Amino acid sequence: MQRLFARYPALRAWLLLLPAATWLFIFFIAPLFIVLVYSFLERGTYGGVVWQFSLENFRRTFDSLYFSTFLRSFYIAAVTTFICLLLGFPLAYYISTRPPQRRSTLILALMIPFWTNFLIRTYAWLTLLRTNTGLINVSLMSLGIIDKPLPLFGNDFAIILGLVYGWLPDMVLPIYATLERLDTSLLEAASDLYASSSKVFRRVIWPLSLPGVVAGSMLVFIPSLGAFVTPAILGGGKSLMIGNIISNQFLAAHDWPFGSALSFVMMAVMLLATLIYFRSTTSEERMQP
Amino acid sequence: MSSESITQQVPSMSRRSRWARVKKSMGEFSLSLYGWGGYFFLYLPIVILVIFSFNDSRSTAQWSGFTFDWYGEMIHDSQIILSLWNSLFVAVISTIISVVIGTLAAMAMERHVFRGKLLMDAVLYLPIIIPDIAMAIMLLIFFDISGIGFEPWKVSLFGIRLAVPYSVIISHVAFNISFVAIVVRARLAQMDRTLEEAAQDLYADTWQTFWKVTLPMMMPGIMGGALLAFTLSLDDFVITFFTSGAGFNTLPVRVFSMIKKGVTPKINAVSSLMLVFSLALIGISLLLRKGGDEEPTIGIGL
Repeated sequence: MQRLFARYPALRAWLLLLPAATWLFIFFIAPLFIVLVYSFLERGTYGGVVWQFSLENFRRTFDSLYFSTFLRSFYIAAVTTFICLLLGFPLAYYISTRPPQRRSTLILALMIPFWTNFLIRTYAWLTLLRTNTGLINVSLMSLGIIDKPLPLFGNDFAIILGLVYGWLPDMVLPIYATLERLDTSLLEAASDLYASSSKVFRRVIWPLSLPGVVAGSMLVFIPSLGAFVTPAILGGGKSLMIGNIISNQFLAAHDWPFGSALSFVMMAVMLLATLIYFRSTTSEERMQP
Repeated sequence: MSSESITQQVPSMSRRSRWARVKKSMGEFSLSLYGWGGYFFLYLPIVILVIFSFNDSRSTAQWSGFTFDWYGEMIHDSQIILSLWNSLFVAVISTIISVVIGTLAAMAMERHVFRGKLLMDAVLYLPIIIPDIAMAIMLLIFFDISGIGFEPWKVSLFGIRLAVPYSVIISHVAFNISFVAIVVRARLAQMDRTLEEAAQDLYADTWQTFWKVTLPMMMPGIMGGALLAFTLSLDDFVITFFTSGAGFNTLPVRVFSMIKKGVTPKINAVSSLMLVFSLALIGISLLLRKGGDEEPTIGIGL
């Protein structure tokens, strides 16, 4: 055995990988290909499929109903990512400028909501936002500040709020990781050379934290675009995203080929958005000296 | 500190530096305020959720007094208790399997150079990147056409009979392998290899080196990976929901269907219970971190 390993060094690697590769090829890669194949088939009468090649499913994703849902999901995910960046960057900066002991406490305090079940965090907002029985509207009305409940629930606002709340730690952590490694002597050098604090930010802090910003944005954008739980709970059954349309094809409409096509288009959009985002941010980085 | 002492030595700069100091402390103050605000935003909904689990009425918006009734109802709801056991069973089994498989994969990926490594890297990262809903429907179709998985694994735990579909466990392992592999790999990457070399210089064979040196040194990473896998498995809703077939509930799946039926403080009580589980897991990971002297590998799971 030892001699065999000596002759074929890769053999040991593949033996170690065998269980993972087997599991993932059977239970991940194979299903991925099956979905791809399904998306080119026609639906059967009782939920199955008919083995008949068709591009109809992909054409239907451009029907106005589905296409507008795609656009809305994209818009919601983009706004969510932007707000997370806007809120998350200063928070990451705040944490990174504390003394080391405080820093680890603050990171831990960030991990607790992060490790808490996403469903529960979404539900927490449901109890706050609901139109007639939510805490915010009930309190504001009993205080006499408003006489009609505010439209806080069952719309894009509620979904975006839920997503921002759910994914904010995913934005903060990578940005914090880059800011923490930031060489503070660079900042001192910049301000010694009479750079204003806004200039220090634009020319030093921001470009150096870009890898964290890119990573954080991806970690927020991708799950937001594919969101299912948040719109299902906070969208109030009216405001839907692409994830809900996909799940409906499997749970209610029994149109599996169409659901497969939709999820493929969704993944393609994600891939495309990721590539474009990477391209634009890395070229920006290159422009900086 | 140092810049202050320097500027104080130069009188002509003092005016400018005082203004700069005021500006700086104002900036510092608003940054702190912002930081506190951020944490307030993150914690307030959770705190309110827990508070209303003790509310003495069906409302989750108006406080009417303290009670443990909702917790009592929760404990006597056999559906909830059953789904709790289902959750724990799925989490334990899928964690054990994915830790073994993921650790082996991490060793291959970190310690070896071979053809197809790039492909394996992609295969390992994909389950992390892909959205839940896509993975869920992929697996649903796969289990449906392959005909495997939906039959249940019947076990009896402490007098409670569970029937857990293999499909759920298989799916949880499928998404957990990657997370374990990444965490263990990070640990392997920062490990000092001289100890292993020393062991081999002292005529330890490959197995002895592995059991006596490599494995113990990998342990913090393995435990970190296990905790992450356990948490992800306990928390998963979407993939379980789609791959379980009818009639099987884990706790999150149960909570989701309760939410769909209507909001009651009983859901707050179940949520608080799940919160306690998460806190316990964080506590364990902190204890482990204190045991291992290294930087936390668990903290930033991604």
